[in-house]
Amino acid sequence: MSILADRNTKVICQGITGKAGLFHSQKCREYGTQMVGGVTPGKGGGTVDGFPIFNTVAEAVDKTGANATLIFVPPPFCGDAILEAEAAGIPLIIAITEGTPVLDMVRVHKKLLHSRSRLIGPNCPGIITPGQAKIGIMPGYIHKPGTVGLMSRSGTLTYEAVWQLTNLGLGQSTCVGLGGDPIVGTSFIDCLQMFQDDPGTEAILMMGEIGGNAEEKAAAFIRDYVSKPVAAFIAGRTAPPGRRMGHAGAIISGGSGTATEKVAALEAAGVVVAESPADMGTAMQRAIARRKR
Amino acid sequence: MKIHEYQAKKLLATAGVAVPRGVVVRTTDEAAQAFTELAGPIAVVKSQIHAGGRGKGRFKEHPQQAGVVLVRSAAEASDNAARMLGGTLVTKQTGPEGKQVNVLFVEQGLEIARELYLGIVVDREAGGPVLIMSSEGGMEIEEVAAHSPEKILREPIDVDCGLHAYQARNMAFRLGLEGGAVRSAEKFLRQMSRFFLDSDCSMAEINPLVVTKQGEMLALDAKVTFDDNALFRHEAFKELRDLSEENEMEVRAGNTGLSFVKLDGNIGCLVNGAGLAMSTMDLIKLHGGEPANFLDVGGGANVDQVTEAFRILLADKHVRAVLVNIFGGIMKCDTIVEALLTAYEKVGFDVPLVVRLEGTNVEKAREMLAASGRDIIGATDLTDAAKKVVATLSG
Repeated sequence: MSILADRNTKVICQGITGKAGLFHSQKCREYGTQMVGGVTPGKGGGTVDGFPIFNTVAEAVDKTGANATLIFVPPPFCGDAILEAEAAGIPLIIAITEGTPVLDMVRVHKKLLHSRSRLIGPNCPGIITPGQAKIGIMPGYIHKPGTVGLMSRSGTLTYEAVWQLTNLGLGQSTCVGLGGDPIVGTSFIDCLQMFQDDPGTEAILMMGEIGGNAEEKAAAFIRDYVSKPVAAFIAGRTAPPGRRMGHAGAIISGGSGTATEKVAALEAAGVVVAESPADMGTAMQRAIARRKR
Repeated sequence: MKIHEYQAKKLLATAGVAVPRGVVVRTTDEAAQAFTELAGPIAVVKSQIHAGGRGKGRFKEHPQQAGVVLVRSAAEASDNAARMLGGTLVTKQTGPEGKQVNVLFVEQGLEIARELYLGIVVDREAGGPVLIMSSEGGMEIEEVAAHSPEKILREPIDVDCGLHAYQARNMAFRLGLEGGAVRSAEKFLRQMSRFFLDSDCSMAEINPLVVTKQGEMLALDAKVTFDDNALFRHEAFKELRDLSEENEMEVRAGNTGLSFVKLDGNIGCLVNGAGLAMSTMDLIKLHGGEPANFLDVGGGANVDQVTEAFRILLADKHVRAVLVNIFGGIMKCDTIVEALLTAYEKVGFDVPLVVRLEGTNVEKAREMLAASGRDIIGATDLTDAAKKVVATLSG
């Protein structure tokens, strides 16, 4: 079992004729994902390395039965690409693109509030259900099928955590990169709920970062609703406080978003917090062992 | 991208947001002339730097001189300008090194009845921009939040419609405004919100926001930050950038499409991904080292960009060792190695180099490293890499 994607998920790539779009579509296909085609407006009707190309997402869905999309379009067009996928009724939209204007994402967010589509990202590595489907840019070989659900705001830090888990013999049910932008489609809490409800997930590892208060909110949710063992790591514990021009950013989040506050909130919710980034896998082991006692 | 107060006020005025009359000056003569031109009994001379706390800030060269001063004559304006122009202003936000003042803004004096606070930010929680106001103008908003959170008022701004009239009026009444001031506030707040949306701001702060004795709301200060990712929609904003306000290495990195922050240590770091970069810094500190920088080469960098990243790292005289930590995803490990070997050839490494690679195309990358015959210290994992790079400094 897993969340969001499995071997039956059919994926198209928006921006498939771009360098990154094609490279990663090929890698996903090699991994075993059902990559059924791609969209590049104006290039419909052709193919690229065996992938059929369509002009619109609606047409691609109609012809291929796709139920997930992987977005690689350049940042000025990312918001539009997400809206097109939503309008075509694709239930799972994964946006890899980095550098989308924040107000574009505000408009997307507003639209998705009343939609059945789920957005992962943007500015994220995507998702993978090891052994079944890789819909993203993560290196496939570091993963191993298993029962740890993983979620993170950072891309490469997720790979690091996965690699540690795999080397300890802890496989993963699904790994979700939530994305590093201020406004993303899926939160820690959305993901925690899915992992809690998934019978194939027995433990959860989360990687947070300084800034904002997503980790504090996740901690409150874990305390109230999550019965599975949880471990966490917060990146940026030693980062020097940046000089800012104004103060409005910190105040809105109701706290300063420091690592100390986040660690305290998580520990109070019964989460095992890794001291160092080299210790993420072992923190997960400790959390599982503690729950079994 | 940050801009100066005088630049922000010009944009605000164009957008229909009320600001005091003011003149930009670069010489003492211009300062005197500006006072005469404004034709008031008083004027305010304000240093233009990208940092707050200017009123309480003092100049290194003239410890009695404040960064913002009230003047009563053309001569006084000129005298103050003489001490301010070219001087180094140190405020709470500049750090001890301060910032050089090259431009002054001379503004008309106002009869102030109320000083308020206004901020607009994109709130992650609300999923959109939020207008934040407080009756405690001139104070640092973080202090207000800590001591009297009930004084902080919020209204969400609809990304398509902007701030509705009723929201602006509600805000005005909650702030205790009356009569003509309510109408003035309604216009001000709506135009200000419109400006934020139309200009793709990531933050705007007016502190203090004043209401005059005549009942008019005006922006006495203005701090505006634009969303760098949306600058492609605003060609005209590009010329507002003041490179002298930015760290030279950070500018160079930015031009190359790299995310770079200069720090005080001596271990240069080159990492892909912000989270992994921060974690790498955490681990270096944990093992007793001090990172010289935060450098995220991102996902899509090519060989030229990464080569430039190495050049920037090595140009820092404080760097005594370099740690490369790459977990390839969208970034391919062989791209990093190719850039590394190019940098070796063209720039030369005179400091120890520790490399840890994992992920996309790692096998090919390792073969390239081995075949190069260069003196590179390999590391197997994060801890190993951090320990090895710290060890090179104690040797």
